[in-house]
Amino acid sequence: MKRFSGLPMLGAASLLATLFASTAFADVTVHVLRPEVPNTEKAYHQKMVADFEKSHPGVDIAFEYIANEAYKQKLTTLLQSDQKPDLIFSWAGGVLTQQAKAGVLQDISASVTSDWSASIANAGLSAFTVDGKVYGMPVNASDVVFWTNLDLAKKAGVDPESIKTWDDFLTAVKKAQAAGITPIMVGGKDKWPLHFYYGYLWVREAGKDGMAAAMGGEGDGFASASFVKAGEDFKKLVDLQPFEPGFMDTTFEQATGQFGDGKALFHLMGDWEYGTEKQNSVSGKGIPDDKLGTISFPAVAGGAGEATDTFGGINGYAVIAGAPPEAVEFLKYMTDAENQKLAGAQGLFIPIAKGVEGSIANPFFRKMSEALAVSKFHQIFLDQALGSDVGATVTDVAADLAQGVVTPEAAAKTVQDAWSMR
Amino acid sequence: MTELAAPGLAPSMRSGRRFTSQTSALLLMLPPALVLFTLFVALPLFDAAYYSLFKWDGYGTPTDFIGLDNFKQALGHAVFWQAVRNTLIVLAVSVFVQLPVALGLALLIYEKTPANTLFRLIFFLPFILAEVASGLIWSFVFDGNTGVAAALFHALGMEPVFILADRHWAFAAITLVIVWKYFGFHMMIYIAALQGVPKEMLEAARLEGGGRWAIVRHVQVPMIASAIGVSVFFSIVGSLQLFDVVIPLTNGGPSNSTHTIVTYLYTFGLTRTRIGFGSAVGVMLFVTAVAVAVLYQRQISKGGRS
Repeated sequence: MKRFSGLPMLGAASLLATLFASTAFADVTVHVLRPEVPNTEKAYHQKMVADFEKSHPGVDIAFEYIANEAYKQKLTTLLQSDQKPDLIFSWAGGVLTQQAKAGVLQDISASVTSDWSASIANAGLSAFTVDGKVYGMPVNASDVVFWTNLDLAKKAGVDPESIKTWDDFLTAVKKAQAAGITPIMVGGKDKWPLHFYYGYLWVREAGKDGMAAAMGGEGDGFASASFVKAGEDFKKLVDLQPFEPGFMDTTFEQATGQFGDGKALFHLMGDWEYGTEKQNSVSGKGIPDDKLGTISFPAVAGGAGEATDTFGGINGYAVIAGAPPEAVEFLKYMTDAENQKLAGAQGLFIPIAKGVEGSIANPFFRKMSEALAVSKFHQIFLDQALGSDVGATVTDVAADLAQGVVTPEAAAKTVQDAWSMR
Repeated sequence: MTELAAPGLAPSMRSGRRFTSQTSALLLMLPPALVLFTLFVALPLFDAAYYSLFKWDGYGTPTDFIGLDNFKQALGHAVFWQAVRNTLIVLAVSVFVQLPVALGLALLIYEKTPANTLFRLIFFLPFILAEVASGLIWSFVFDGNTGVAAALFHALGMEPVFILADRHWAFAAITLVIVWKYFGFHMMIYIAALQGVPKEMLEAARLEGGGRWAIVRHVQVPMIASAIGVSVFFSIVGSLQLFDVVIPLTNGGPSNSTHTIVTYLYTFGLTRTRIGFGSAVGVMLFVTAVAVAVLYQRQISKGGRS
């Protein structure tokens, strides 16, 4: 899940100006709408478009990009208008469910052949399935890991490879502090980076079954013991005051840049960190690859979740109601092994098709891809999975916990209240 | 969602010389304004009032009727009351700090001299800047790592404080920015009014032996009372609408402690796709704004009679 800030108005304006203005004299035009991406990824899209149009005469594919936040805000209205596109970028989860229930998406189950579904990782397919019906297909996945500055780790006497449990991690934080190093960088102003901690601890404490039970409203739901325990684990970390000074006035963009400047030992972030810590650093180069490491989120003692369970995003495209069959064809083409391998080789994102791990050139991405391949449970970002309202509540309480202004019990209860009232 | 209906939307109805009767002028000039007003003010208003009775995420048509539950939820939400408190703080600071500052400066520089023109320009500059731009500029100023505030703390030999990250001080910082941003506007209103006070009157007061303070208190301020009334009205309405300075500074955080009513509406209504709930907050804000407008009109007409 890539998040970009800024220029929402420009994005909206360019949408208005260009959306559907490019209709050529083709018989069918498939409009794809998605948030802004770097130019390298746009070139990748254009290559797929050119190849697909060549093999499918009479079909025209038009990609449109708008700024991330503007995209999210616009969809609700856009999807109910005559100007709706045929394929939209989706972070799956609760928002996709909302759209499916509102009837703005197309059930493509009948078009999903067994060889197509078999080529996609299970977690990816189920993320785009609502009540047994398939509404889209994933193209990439991401895994949240602790990005580690190896130089600082050495200076602090921390061996990143040896961090396996939450207690190991807390010890590493203390060691960094003793060496005068800021242990953790976090963009607390944006709140979602803080929910990575709370959310990952949920996954570790509650596990797949616990998450399903809470979402199904069983027992105390999100207020049950394992969720409170996750808050307590987080509190243990917060009590050490591990974050950079003023972390609640630091955005993700600032945090990733400062991590790239070598100002902290750890930064808990997804795959996009690799590009942004370089881009946003003062030098523009960030931490050299050989000084950069990643470690999986540590396990917690007595947690119901497995150490291999992952937390991150699954992104893809949803098919809009009324879209022509060619839209589904193109979606299938985007997810085929060749195109997925190409994206992996170019280091654009972590492809989700099975058996393409070997093509991933970036060693950090390959490691994540391997982790995702063995993961039996992949939790989607909670601000997506639980829908926009409860999701925002989770990021809010994660920020409150990080500032030590709510108790783990109160935090868990706030989430449960929001969930039962949704 | 709910804008205060701007006065003067209806065309002025003085019968022009070019029209043979008032009716033809009406037929010609009323429809455009009426259509605009209906489409962009009245209809959205009724829509919002209607949506506020539903639990609705913006998809399809609202069907889940929940009566006044949205209002109850808002009134039972601690963050909502924090937002109301913050809005009242802005209002109080605007009226009791910003306006006196603006008046004081206006009294110093209302006379037309080249130096005064320069100062007028300097004081007016913040108002010309876009709200979002000034919010961003100040967020850099307050930054504890690289900002001016940080340098100031260092110079004093203190640890830098991250003001915008502090739940207790972030909103104070916002009110500072608001005073900085808008005092120039009110100062200009006062300057215009002060220039309208007859010179003879001031001279007469001086001849009578009135000191500077006495002249200000007994001649100038009473003479610009209506301008002060207008500026108070603008500050109240501005406080109720405050949004675009807050978003770049704190985005309502930390811990939702710096919301105003409008940023609350935006955050909890729009970004969380709870359109019904947002509408309910909008309706309450609208009713407040109308009440303020009505009270103001009453005050004015009372003043006119006496």
